Amino acid sequence: MTARERIAGNVAGYVDDRTGAAKWMKKNLTKVFPDHWSFLLGEICLYSFVILLLSGTFLTFWFDPSMREVVYEGSYAPLQGLEMSAAYASTLDISFEVRGGLLMRQIHHWAALIFMVGIVVHLMRVYFTGAFRKPRETNWVIGVGLLTLGIVEGFLGYSLPDDLLSGTGIRIAEAIIQALPVVGSYLAFFAFGGAFPGEAFIPRIYTVHVLLLPGIFLALITVHLMLVWYQKHTQFPGPGRTEKNVVGYPLMPVYMAKAGGFFFIVFGVTAFLGAVASINPIWLYGPYTPGQVSAGSQPDWYMGWLDGLVRMAPPIETVTFGYTISWNILIPGLILPGIMFTALALYPFIESWATGDKREHHLLDRPRNAPTRTAIGAMALTFTLVCLLNGGNDIIATTFDLTINQMMWFSRIGVIVLPPLAYVITKRLCLSLQRADRDLVLHGRETGRLVRMPSGEFVEIHEPISPEKAWLLTSHEQLAPLELADHDGGGVRRPGAIKNKIRNRISRSMATAVPKATQTERRELEEHH
Amino acid sequence: MSNEIELIKDPGLPAHVHRRADTDPKAAARAERQVATLFILSALGAVLLIYSYLFIDEDIFFFIPVLGNTNAHQLGLGMGMAIALFCIGAGLIHWAKTLMPDEEVISQRHEFKSEEEDREDFVKTVKAGAAAAGLGRRPLIKRTLGAALGLSAITPVLLLGDLGPLPGNQLKTTSWKKGTRLVTDPGDRPLRPQDLEVGAVAQTLPAIAPGAHRSLNDIGKDAVLLIRLRPEEFNLDAERLSWTYEGIIAFSKICSHMGCAVALYEQQTKHLLCPCHQSTFDVTRAAKVIFGPSARPLPQLPITIDAEGYLVAQAPFNEPVGPSFWERST
Amino acid sequence: MKRLSRLRRHRATGPMLLIFALLTIGTTFQVASAVDAEQTTTIAARSAAIDEGREIFLKGCSSCHGLNAESGGIAPSLIGVGAASVDFQVGTGRMPMGDMSVQAMRKTPLYNPEEVYALAMYVASLAPGPEIPTEEMLNYERDGSTAEGGELFRTNCAMCHNFAAQGGALTQGKYAPTLMGVEPVHIYEALITGPQSMPVFSDKTITPEEKLSVIKWIKAAEAEPQLGGASLGRVGPVTEGLLVWTLGIGLLIGVAVWLAAKAR
Repeated sequence: MTARERIAGNVAGYVDDRTGAAKWMKKNLTKVFPDHWSFLLGEICLYSFVILLLSGTFLTFWFDPSMREVVYEGSYAPLQGLEMSAAYASTLDISFEVRGGLLMRQIHHWAALIFMVGIVVHLMRVYFTGAFRKPRETNWVIGVGLLTLGIVEGFLGYSLPDDLLSGTGIRIAEAIIQALPVVGSYLAFFAFGGAFPGEAFIPRIYTVHVLLLPGIFLALITVHLMLVWYQKHTQFPGPGRTEKNVVGYPLMPVYMAKAGGFFFIVFGVTAFLGAVASINPIWLYGPYTPGQVSAGSQPDWYMGWLDGLVRMAPPIETVTFGYTISWNILIPGLILPGIMFTALALYPFIESWATGDKREHHLLDRPRNAPTRTAIGAMALTFTLVCLLNGGNDIIATTFDLTINQMMWFSRIGVIVLPPLAYVITKRLCLSLQRADRDLVLHGRETGRLVRMPSGEFVEIHEPISPEKAWLLTSHEQLAPLELADHDGGGVRRPGAIKNKIRNRISRSMATAVPKATQTERRELEEHH
Repeated sequence: MSNEIELIKDPGLPAHVHRRADTDPKAAARAERQVATLFILSALGAVLLIYSYLFIDEDIFFFIPVLGNTNAHQLGLGMGMAIALFCIGAGLIHWAKTLMPDEEVISQRHEFKSEEEDREDFVKTVKAGAAAAGLGRRPLIKRTLGAALGLSAITPVLLLGDLGPLPGNQLKTTSWKKGTRLVTDPGDRPLRPQDLEVGAVAQTLPAIAPGAHRSLNDIGKDAVLLIRLRPEEFNLDAERLSWTYEGIIAFSKICSHMGCAVALYEQQTKHLLCPCHQSTFDVTRAAKVIFGPSARPLPQLPITIDAEGYLVAQAPFNEPVGPSFWERST
Repeated sequence: MKRLSRLRRHRATGPMLLIFALLTIGTTFQVASAVDAEQTTTIAARSAAIDEGREIFLKGCSSCHGLNAESGGIAPSLIGVGAASVDFQVGTGRMPMGDMSVQAMRKTPLYNPEEVYALAMYVASLAPGPEIPTEEMLNYERDGSTAEGGELFRTNCAMCHNFAAQGGALTQGKYAPTLMGVEPVHIYEALITGPQSMPVFSDKTITPEEKLSVIKWIKAAEAEPQLGGASLGRVGPVTEGLLVWTLGIGLLIGVAVWLAAKAR
């Protein structure tokens, strides 16, 4: 035993004497993680969150979250001598006076964008593969919570520097609060400590941005990861992979090295972006004052779709009994996003209700094998994308020689017409892919080699696919639609009959599929030849 | 599915295929060298970072295609950091992929559900505990505890009461009064009608006492845009026309939709556009909304001139400026 | 800056400014009469330019603007638009317009500077209007202040031309052009004449000195190096979002695919 081994042994013994950790560690160090690139999307979020904590802490050393008016005397000449808030001035100082400050600011902002992109891409992976099904519904809900909080946290973050662009964003946020029926103006005055913009808002959102929300994030991320750990990761279907096992690499050492390495990769890529691409150049925007605005005022991308939705809203406002309700703000700003996020959070429960499937699932679906789910996802993405495009309609219009009016009308119509279209197309596409899978299993792969038969006709040689491939293409389960009774034996309508009828209908739609190929059919075909 | 249909069978986990590094010591040595090279690259990145921090001045710029005229200090720091971190990661991953064992391991899953017996025991324990506390038997305790908890829950909400003052009429009023001069923003110079040619605009604020400080709260409500047209271009009713002066019309610059500064004035079409959500207002028709999400025209400020010939407000705004709110009644 | 604004708000500022203005005007008149002799010699040159300008106008402009620049139905009347307007429109290549699209674009000028001057003199001879600012008037390096110019720019210009003078969208396909690479004289002329969609910024709402500050700021923005890396067009968060959804997540997914691929 070397000296080093002895020391390590002593430390481990000391800890285990007091916690009994050895047993738990022994089991978990060999925990198995399935390997697939898409399982790393969630890690992108986790790592960019760590980068955000690190770079954010760096920024707090110099940032002064105050709306006190100061005169800028720093080194950026075009702003020298101007009155501005201490928040804006200190952000300028971080950018130009602190060595590496601008790099850190840019890393922080790029990391925030990557964090949000990561969440959305991770969510798409989980959704389209059905990873949210029992027993992982709770983690899905936590994930949706993290997405929502991420949007808020990002908005508060880029609002802190108190530059012209972010001030415009705060102004719009204030208008949304103010538009709430009954309590709107009170809530707005409470949030801003009086009239807009006041002097309280930046210090307040600073506390929320650096303390409250990161705390909630830490708690939710911890639960999210513990659940992943405890429930074990899902895996893609394939030979040897079942609902009862996990096939992959052990945590120690392979997964540790890979996951640890990936943290440095994410940090490195973020630092690369921070080094080569300017983000949020607040010195160009100038300090905020309510009398100024810039052309092309847009929020960051994760808020962009909301802004696009607000832009395309019809100009409706009602005044009843002397009280105003701004539907043009409430519907796109609160009601529609509220419905969307609620539906997103509830989706696992809705799907299980519609299919009647209450079993555990650890094998992922290939998106084509759940056509209705995939089509609903495509529909939601199309909706969001149209909104996002409209959020940048002025930039798009000037870049591609269009008019903002055309863009707006395209979005207004497109946001209603395109999502259902995406649903239909995606569903059909999934079913065609299923058909292609079936043909592949039954008839084999086209080789491109033509053979002339004695009868004179040409036939293409098909090669049978490997047993592994055949298993992959047929291992999925095909659910039968629900058949809930809407009449009892005597032909009398039962209470809840309509509900059952609707449920049967939805379930039939969810179960639409091309029957998968079977060994029986294969054999029959062989016998035919 | 009926039993006669036979499904395609799971062929089981494919046999493990060895990597080159597993069988060929040369390949393994090469992989080791590659990993080491990546770690050395990372160290060089860190050196670049340190060098940039200490020795590259912050005002050195040099031209790089795509990036443009770039700051050497910032780029050196950032690229140093990016290389240092990325290469550690790449090295670790390459090490794990090529040299660490790559045989897949199978671990079994277990149902999360507890044994029926455990579930029953759990229910029993909870029931026993509840019975021991005796909540069911002592309704007085139950009710008073409920009331106490409920009331205590209100306190945090109540304690937030001093977050802000009540709105009062602050949302409904501005600094404009009868006779307030319109002065340029920035510059604070009063304006005469002849200072504006046809087609001219001016960003204005109400005059304040010399030396007084103008708060952002005031600018957020008071900003006014002056536009001069030919009087015959107006399409206004008699009252609104009387609020203009020799073709000069004044609107609140704070958007009636969400409060951005509306000041994109198109001289030829006489349209005002808000850059935030693209509400478009027709100046000749008292800022009627002709496109976009805003539901109301911009409030018009009645103007005239004072004894010295300077433009002043005839009266305050007759409606609240800025975005809508519940108590807004006009 | 603060000192400046305090000075401005001083009680005596108004009267002092008035006296200053009177003095300035007086001096200008004096100078003007002093150069009277010089002017008489240029009068001949000027009328020659007017004649040349009319020739060019009849050939190149009259089909739209009318034989006497009184508006030919297609294009507006040029009577009273002044030399500054002509110098801006023709000097930046906007006129002649070429295609009748939503708005005239900046392009390589069709006429050389002498011809532009001649055209300007001809139009100016029809009726008085804004004149071409002299080089002495355009010494923005000496008379302007960048910071003040920035504030003026953000209040008066940024809503159309964007915070970094990169241009922006207007309604129905019209747009505010980028101000990068525009000659100071043309910026000045645009401010005083209000070409196309742009409103006029009179000398009382933005004083000549303030106009120079605006120009100085625009030139500073134009010359500003990339302080934080590639500028991404200086159009705000749209391009940042585009980059993170392409290069950012693309690089990371690329590495993830490599990470999860089995080594050979």
